[in-house]
Amino acid sequence: MALKHVNAVIVGSGAGGGVAAKELATAGLSVVLLERGKFHSPAGCRKDDLRNQRTSALGNGFGPGDERNPRVLVDETGKERIVLASEGGYSNNAACVGGGTFSYGAMAWRFMEKDFRMKSTYGAVEGSTLDDWPLTYDELEPYYEKAEWEMGVSGDDSANPFRAPRKRPLPMPPLPPNREYEVLHPAAKRLGLHPFDIPMLRNTAPYNGRGPCMRCRWCVGFACEVDARTGTHNTVIPAALATGNCELRTECIVREVLVDNRGRASGVVYFDAEDRRQEQTADLVIVSGGAVESARLLLNSKSRLFPNGLGNRHDWVGRNLQSHTYSGAVGLFNFDTYDDLGPGAQIAICDYNHGNPGLAGGAMLANEFIRLPYQFLDYAPAYVPPWGPAHKEWVRKAFRRTIVVIGPTQEMPIFEARVQADPKVKDYWGIPVARLSGGKHPHSIEIARFMAGKAEAWLKEAGAARTWRRQPSRGLSGGQHQAGTCRMGGDPKTSVVDKYCRVHDVDNLHVIDASVHVTNGGFNPVLTILAVAYHAAGHLAKTWKNTRGRV
Amino acid sequence: MPRKNGPLKRRGFLEAALTAAASSSLVSCGRAGGGAYWRFFTAAEARTVDAICERIIPADDCPGASEAAAVNFIDLQLTRHYKKHRDAYRQGIAKVEEAARERGGKVFAELAPEQQLEVLAEIEEKHAGFFALIRAHTMQGYYGDPRHGGNREEVSWRMLGLPSPPVRGRVPYETKAG
Repeated sequence: MALKHVNAVIVGSGAGGGVAAKELATAGLSVVLLERGKFHSPAGCRKDDLRNQRTSALGNGFGPGDERNPRVLVDETGKERIVLASEGGYSNNAACVGGGTFSYGAMAWRFMEKDFRMKSTYGAVEGSTLDDWPLTYDELEPYYEKAEWEMGVSGDDSANPFRAPRKRPLPMPPLPPNREYEVLHPAAKRLGLHPFDIPMLRNTAPYNGRGPCMRCRWCVGFACEVDARTGTHNTVIPAALATGNCELRTECIVREVLVDNRGRASGVVYFDAEDRRQEQTADLVIVSGGAVESARLLLNSKSRLFPNGLGNRHDWVGRNLQSHTYSGAVGLFNFDTYDDLGPGAQIAICDYNHGNPGLAGGAMLANEFIRLPYQFLDYAPAYVPPWGPAHKEWVRKAFRRTIVVIGPTQEMPIFEARVQADPKVKDYWGIPVARLSGGKHPHSIEIARFMAGKAEAWLKEAGAARTWRRQPSRGLSGGQHQAGTCRMGGDPKTSVVDKYCRVHDVDNLHVIDASVHVTNGGFNPVLTILAVAYHAAGHLAKTWKNTRGRV
Repeated sequence: MPRKNGPLKRRGFLEAALTAAASSSLVSCGRAGGGAYWRFFTAAEARTVDAICERIIPADDCPGASEAAAVNFIDLQLTRHYKKHRDAYRQGIAKVEEAARERGGKVFAELAPEQQLEVLAEIEEKHAGFFALIRAHTMQGYYGDPRHGGNREEVSWRMLGLPSPPVRGRVPYETKAG
C-alpha cells in the first residue's frame, strides 16, 4: 500500500533535520522525518566507557553498527580498505534520533564575521577552494539568537572581545568553574589573553521544562541521563511532533531521492525497520544526513535527467569534505588539577581565531572535556613507554594532574577531499557505500601547529611542570564535525545549493546540514548548523504559503 | 547502585586463586569459584595471554593486569566485538610461545620476568600488529568497566582514586550565585 503523500520528507533527524522538521510542521506542512537510527531515551542508555560515541573500542554507543554500514577509505597513498563504523577513519557521526546532538559535548559557538568571509579576509590560498559564504554573519545573527533561546544555551561570552556582535545575551549562566578553569583563567589573564565561559547547549537552570546539568562524569559521548544537555531530540523534534503535523519514522534507510520526468524531486525510496522497501512521496525533499551521508544520497540518486546524481551537474557534490584539524597540548602539573566534574570543558579563548601573522585563520582554544580512565591513556607523552611499570606509574600519577588544551583549527577546504559513491562495495541494503578519499591542506596543518604552540604556552604559564604537544594528523578530516560536501554559493557552477540551502537545479530539493558550509569556522559547528537550518527552513515555510513549493 | 562484587576482598580472592588450581598463575581463576573455563582460549593460551597482560601492566603496590583479569576481558570480547581478532590471537600466541621456547625451552608463563620482557620486546618489533592489539586490549581490560570482563573489583579505578561506582552524577543543582 502506498504511503500517504506529504508536503515534506526530511532525511535525517540531527541538528539540521530536527530544526527543519519543527519549522515546517509548525508552519502547517505535513512532514515525515526519517531517521536511520533508533530513538534512545536518556535514562535508558547504559553508560559504557568502551562503547560510546567518544570511545568506540567495543562499538558505537548510538550507531551506526559495524555489521551493516561499511565505508571505503582511500588513504593518501591511494590504498583503499573497508572501514567499519566504530573504526578510525570512518568519519562517524551518531545514527540516532538527534544525530550527533544526542551525545555530543554541546559547545554552542557562533562563528565570527570573518569565518563567513575567509577568501575576502585572507585571499586565495593555493590548492584550496577557500571561499566566502553567500551568507553574512549579520544575516545569520537573528537565527543564532533563535537557536540560543529556543533550544537553550548557557555560558557567558561577555569577556570575549573578539566575539561577533550579539543583540541578546545567552539565556542561562555558565556552570560554576571547575579546577581546570581556576588554574587556566589567571594564567590566560597574565598572558594578556581573554578567557571566558564556553557557551553550551546545556541547561544550567531549569529551561524548557528540563532540569539543569548535574555535572556527572558521563558527558560527551554519552546520553545525558538527566536530559540537561540539549539536542534536537529533546527540543525541536518533540515540538514538531506536538503539532500533529510531523511523523517520525526510525530505522529507515533512504536509498535515493526520486525525481519526476520534469526534473523535480518527488519523494524518496527507503527501507523500513523490517527491511521493506517503501516509497514516500512529497512536495519537498530535504536531505539532512550529515556531510558524508547527504553527499552519498545525492550521488546515489541517479536518473536519466541526472546521470551523475542530484545537484552534481558540475561535479561539486561530495567535494571539499572538511572538519577541523585538532591540535593542542597537554600539561602535567605538580598538584591536582582534575576534579572530575562534568562536562569538564569550561574555559576558552578566541584570541587566536584570526589575525595570526602569516596564517589564514586559527582556532578557538579550550580545556578538554571530562575523561574516563581508558580514554585518558591517549594523552600520554612520547617520553613515557607505551606499556610496562613506567606507563602504569605515569597513568596513576598523571590522571588527576593533567590538563589538556585543544582547539579546532579552521581548515582550508580542498577539492580532492571527497565523498563518492563506491562503485563496488554496497551496504546491507545493497546501496553503494560512501568512499572517502583525500587528506588535509598543508596550511591547515601549519595553522594547527601554531595553535598547539599557543596551547602549550598557556599551560606553561599556568604552572605545568611538563608540557607536550598534540600535533595534528595529516589524514582526511571528517568525524563529528564533518562539513562542506554540498557547498552553498551563488554560482551554480561552483556550488551545490543557494543561500537558502536549495539545490541549484532542483527547486524543491534542499540540503540542510553542515554539508552546505563553505568553511567550517574555528569552532565546533553545531550552533551554525542550527542557525543555517532555522534560516533555510524558515524561508522555506514562508515561501511555501504562497507557492506550495513551486517557485 | 552497589556492584555485586562489593568492596575489594583481595585476601579472599587470593585464597580462591591459590586453592582453585595448583598453578602459580592466577589465570586458572578466570572464573573464581566456578572452576576454570574459557570461552575462546585454550587453558594454555589463556595462561600465556594472562602472563603477557601482566607484563604490560605489572603489579606493584597496586594489582596488575593479571589480578584485574584482563585475560577474562579479552577472552569474553573475542566472542563478541573482537571476533574479528581471533586469528590474530591464535597466531600471535603461537609466535610468543615460539620465541619463549627459543629462550630455555619453557612456556612463556614460566619464564622469568626478565626473559618474558625479552620475548615481548621481540614480539613488539617483529609482530607489531599483534602486540599493538594485545596492548590496547590489556589497557581496556584493566582500565575499562568491569562489566566487560576485566578490571576485577575495580582495581584500576581504586588505583586512580575514582569513587565507585563511577556512574552517577554529583554536585546537583549548584549554580553560580545570582
